[in-house]
Formats: sequence, C-alpha cells, structure tokens
Amino acid sequence: MTTQPEDPEAAPPPPPPPERGRLAQLTASADHVRERLRGVRRNLPDITGIVGAWWDRRPKWQHWIAMLVALVLAVLAPATSVGRIMAPSSDWKTILFNPIGVYVLLAMGLNIVVGLAGLLDLGYVAFFAIGSYALATLATKQHWNFWAVLPVGVVIAAAAGVILGAPTLRLRGDYLAIVTLGFGEIIRIVANNSNWLGGPRGISNIPHPPAIGHIKALTYGVLDPKPYYYLVLAMIVLVIFIVRRLERSRVGRAWQAIGEDEDAAELMGVPAFKFKLWAFAMGAAIGGMCGVLFAAKQIAITPDNFQFLLSVLILAAVVLGGSGNLPGVMLGAFLVAWLPERFRSLQNYRFLIFGAALVALMIFRPQGLLPSRRRREEMVAGEGGMGRLGAEVMETPLETPA
Amino acid sequence: MHFHNLVDQFWPSTVDGLTVGAIYALIALGYTLVYGVLKLINFAHSEIFMIGTFASLFLLHGLDIKGPQAGATLVGVLLLSLLAAMGASGIAAVLLERIAYRPLRRRGASRLAALISAIGASLFLQEFFALRYGRDLLPFPRVLKKSTLFTIGGGQVRNDKMVVFLAAIIMMVVLDRFVNGTRLGRGIRATAQDPETAVLMGVNIDRVVVATFALGGMMAGVAAMLYGLRFENTQYIAGFLPGIKAFTAAVLGGIGNIRGALLGGLVLGLLETYGASVLGSQWKDVFAFAILVVVLMFRPTGLLGEALSRARA
Repeated sequence: MTTQPEDPEAAPPPPPPPERGRLAQLTASADHVRERLRGVRRNLPDITGIVGAWWDRRPKWQHWIAMLVALVLAVLAPATSVGRIMAPSSDWKTILFNPIGVYVLLAMGLNIVVGLAGLLDLGYVAFFAIGSYALATLATKQHWNFWAVLPVGVVIAAAAGVILGAPTLRLRGDYLAIVTLGFGEIIRIVANNSNWLGGPRGISNIPHPPAIGHIKALTYGVLDPKPYYYLVLAMIVLVIFIVRRLERSRVGRAWQAIGEDEDAAELMGVPAFKFKLWAFAMGAAIGGMCGVLFAAKQIAITPDNFQFLLSVLILAAVVLGGSGNLPGVMLGAFLVAWLPERFRSLQNYRFLIFGAALVALMIFRPQGLLPSRRRREEMVAGEGGMGRLGAEVMETPLETPA
Repeated sequence: MHFHNLVDQFWPSTVDGLTVGAIYALIALGYTLVYGVLKLINFAHSEIFMIGTFASLFLLHGLDIKGPQAGATLVGVLLLSLLAAMGASGIAAVLLERIAYRPLRRRGASRLAALISAIGASLFLQEFFALRYGRDLLPFPRVLKKSTLFTIGGGQVRNDKMVVFLAAIIMMVVLDRFVNGTRLGRGIRATAQDPETAVLMGVNIDRVVVATFALGGMMAGVAAMLYGLRFENTQYIAGFLPGIKAFTAAVLGGIGNIRGALLGGLVLGLLETYGASVLGSQWKDVFAFAILVVVLMFRPTGLLGEALSRARA
C-alpha cells in the first residue's frame, strides 16, 4: 500500500477563458491561487494515513494495551483537575455524562446505520426519544425500576427500528433520508400532542435507578453525576465490544458490501434487505438504550429534548470523525459535544462557528478526521467515494475540463 | 376524527391547500433541480428561502410602506419585493454553491460529506440571521388589502391567495419552458442525464451547476415573497418547516422531476389541509409525513418518477 496520495486532480488546470473583463481576471487569479494551494496540499504527507497504516500493522496485544490505557484514562476522567482544563466554565462531571457520554453512545449507534451499512438516517433522535419515553412512562405510571425498563426500552426501540425499516428500507439513499427525517419529527410531534405522554410539558419525576449494593460509584442520585458517567462508560465499552465483533463477522462484511454497492452485493447472494433491517434495529437499540439512561439522569424530559437538531449533530459527529471507523466516530462525537461547552464564553456564536466549521472541515477533510482503513485506501486510490450512501454512483467528480 | 369538518370546510380547505401547496411547489423546484443535476440534497435550500423572506421584508421597510396600497403603486411594490426576494435568494444560492459545494465537488468528496457541508451552511445562515435580526417573529406590513374575490361552494377565495396561486403557477410554467426550451435548459437536462457524456458534448458543467442553483434560488425567492404576502411574518427559522415540506413534496412527486415538484407540492398542500381539518391542526405535519411514507411504499420513486433528464421533465 502506498502512502503517497494520488490526487484525482492531477490534471493541469483548464485554460483560462478568453478575456472577459475584470471579473474573469479575478476568477482566473482565484483559480490560480486555488491551484497552488492544491499543490501544497498534495505534497504534504498524509499524517493520519501514515500513522493509521502503521497502527494497523501493530500486533494485536498492543491494540489491547492501548484500549486498556484509554479505558483507565476514561475512568479517571471525572477528576476535578481534569475538569479545570477541559471545562473551566461548566461542571465537568455533568457534561461528561451529557452531552459527551450521550453523544458518543448515540454516534456509535448511528455509525452502525450510516458508517457500516451506508444508510442515511436523518431521524436517529426518534429512537433516543423512544427509549427516554419508555422509561418515563413505565417508571412513573407502572412503577417499574430502571434496570427492568432498560432491556424493555432497548427492545421497544429496536422494534420501532424494524417497524420504520420494514416498509422503507427498500427505498434508496435520499428517499430513506427524508422518510427517517419525517419519522423523527412524527415521534416528537406525537409526544408533543398526546396528553398521555405529558404534551409539551413532558414527563417529570422520573425515578433514579436503584443503587447496586452500597458502592458509591453505583449509587444514583441528583447530586453526583459520576455514577451516571460510569454507567454510560460501561455501555460505551459494551457497544465497542459488540461493534468490533460485528464488523469482523459475516454481518459486518455484508453491511460493507451493501454500503459499497447494493446491487452487486445482492447478486453475490447477500440478502441486502435483511441485513439493512438488522443494521437499523441494532442502531435503534443503542439509541433506545442511551435514551433510557438519559431520561433517568435528566429526571424530567420534554419533547424539546428530541429536536431534529440533535439528529443533525449526531450525524455530523459521525461524518466529522470518520464514518465507519469507531475511534474516529467517538472522537467526532466528543468534539461535537465538548467544543461548545469548552467555549461557553462564545455562547451566542457557538452554532455560527459550528456551522462554518462543518463546511470548512468537509472542504478540507471530506473523509473525516480519522477515516476508516477502507476509506483511506479509497482516497489513496483516488476513487473519491461518490455513490456511498446513494443509488447512483458518480464515478468521477464533475470536473473534467470541457 | 371530525369528518364533518372536512365536508363543511371542503372548499375553504381546498383554497388554503392549493395556496400553501403552490408555495411548497416553488421551494420544491430548487431541491429537485439541484438533486437532478448533482444528486445532492441541498439542505441549505430552506435558508435560501428564509433569506428571500427577509429581503422582501427589508425592501418593504426600505420603501417605508406601512399600510395597504392600491393601483399602480401596489403592482410596483409587489414587483419590486418579488425582484428583491428573487435576487437575494438567487445570489445566496449561487454563493452557497461556490463556498460550500464546489470545493467538495472538485475533490470528489462523498455525497455524505456534501450533505454535512449543506447542514453546516444551513446552521450558519440560521444563526447569522438570528444574531443579526433577533429570534423573534418579524411582522410584514400589509401591502395588499385582503378582500374576497369570489366564493366557490362556501369557500371564499381571497385576493392574496389568488395572487399566490397564480404567481406560483406562472413561475412554474416559465421555469418549465426555460428548462425544456433553451440552450442552457438543454445543458441542465443533459447533465442530469449523464454528466460525463454532457461534458464530452461540450456542456460547461460549472455553468450548468451555477444556473441550476440560481434558478432554484430564484424560485425559492418567489416562494418567499408570496409567503410574506400570505402569512405576513418571518423569522430566522422560517425556512425550516416549509423547507422540509417542500423536500417532502419534491420526493412525493419524484425528485429530479420538475412537473413532479409541482404536483407533489399541490398534492401535499391539499392533503395536509384536509388532514388538518379532520384530525386537528396539531396533527398536520404528522399526516404529511405519513402520506409520504405511504406513497413511497407503493411508488418508490414518487408519483411521476425521477426524470429531470427525460423529455417529460
């Protein structure tokens, strides 16, 4: 494998158009500058590519040690001294659970759908909402305890994934996107309009999970967010384990094949619909699990907790980090959750900057911060990647000089 | 369920549905054109529409209009605000393509990356307007004195609704003629059909893409001006719901298909209004999305199919 990227734009720039006044000149000089910049970018070594390839070649025990170190660091993270650096203007332990932990878990769930199976889901927040409302209703009306609701919430969310997926997963790319977007909005509006679910005021007085034993780290309450952080951390570790196993299984390979080219996969005997439904259900289950946990910590939930914007943020986290690559996705989610909290002083400008940053990042690094190995190889081979997530493959960028 | 409402309110609902549907259809054209050529969901199109409403509002403020006008002044003011909205939206759409999409296109980035870039641009524009002009609803001055033109079966057809509906239809016919009858329109159709062959045949792709965004933006501008006339307010998130509905309409009619966008918009507007009269207006949006799901289950490429490229487009 070569590490020297072969830019698909190696062709010389198109000749400037015949003299057409000032504007044409300006455009021509802008093109020239862009061409120069592109040249500089081409000659820069692809750091993440090199490091990534080197890391992939390390023996397995080193990977395990790295993961162990990461886990130890994650367990030590709620320390106050860390908080002073990471979040001087907000309560670090609280934001470590929500948004950071919650976003990471949600992004890992959505990554199964978007990154692995290549299905564009714009309404992922729906499953999160379903999990939350499952706990809220069962705990306040039926007096179930958290640990009993957790598996039920997961199953309900997964079932919702199947119910949404069964009629719609036969749709291709962008049709699926709008249908899932609609589903996300439907769930929120239904919660908003139904008196049984509390209407716009939502449901409050959701009980905390009962403590396990008398261990401080497992005693849930209002005062200390740390036990919740450890719980979300445990779920994240569980999901990492599951996703790692799945990726290397027949299911994972089937998802990759479908994501690459659904028709070809189908011809090779991969039952695409079945596996897409699986991906949807898995993603939904993780979203639901996260929702149950969120509602317990939050004590009160309202439909406004489940805005379309959350779906967008999670999707942005997945793509930003490197769709399909678990460490990348987690990094992306961490950044999307943490940066706005870190720069609270910029309050009003947060989303303005976030929006501009998304555009800039996609322009300079469309493959994400830590792209998956497969994606890196594609970039090196100059395959671009149009067609992932869509029915129509546009093999070449629309750039060939006329 | 209040089916008697539907029966009682059938004609008024039809008038309202066609009016709002016409606005959806105009916005949907922008989604459909861009999708047809670039296979990209232009997520920031709703903000292009929002910019149009602001432009039209600022023109009215600039002309210092506070009350209803009549005669030639009225026509002049309406035309000027139409031009302002079309201009602002068109320019915004072209700039958007330049800044947020063209660099990605050049690098052959994935469509998912383009979608995220679009979402980023959308957030940026919303926040920009929220910071600059506040987060409250901004009222439009009433330019057109609302009066009933005529009644059909108990439904009063007001002059503003009539203007909205007719203007929308006229603009759509003009666009349809443009795409089917001009050289540039032929370029757009050729690119939608097969970009590589279009390039080989001498189509300037960049020009086609700019034209596509400009046309879509201008149509959104028309929709924005009509929206201001009909609903008389705007806000930094004014584009969100009409944008989503318009995208739904485009998909409903068959995305990439210009006549599909018209049909999808009108059908969605009508069904949504009927649904609201039966189920109550808080369920309107749920009903609209449910229709989309049902239609796509039976016609996976929308009512008219995807066909910007074909002659039907």
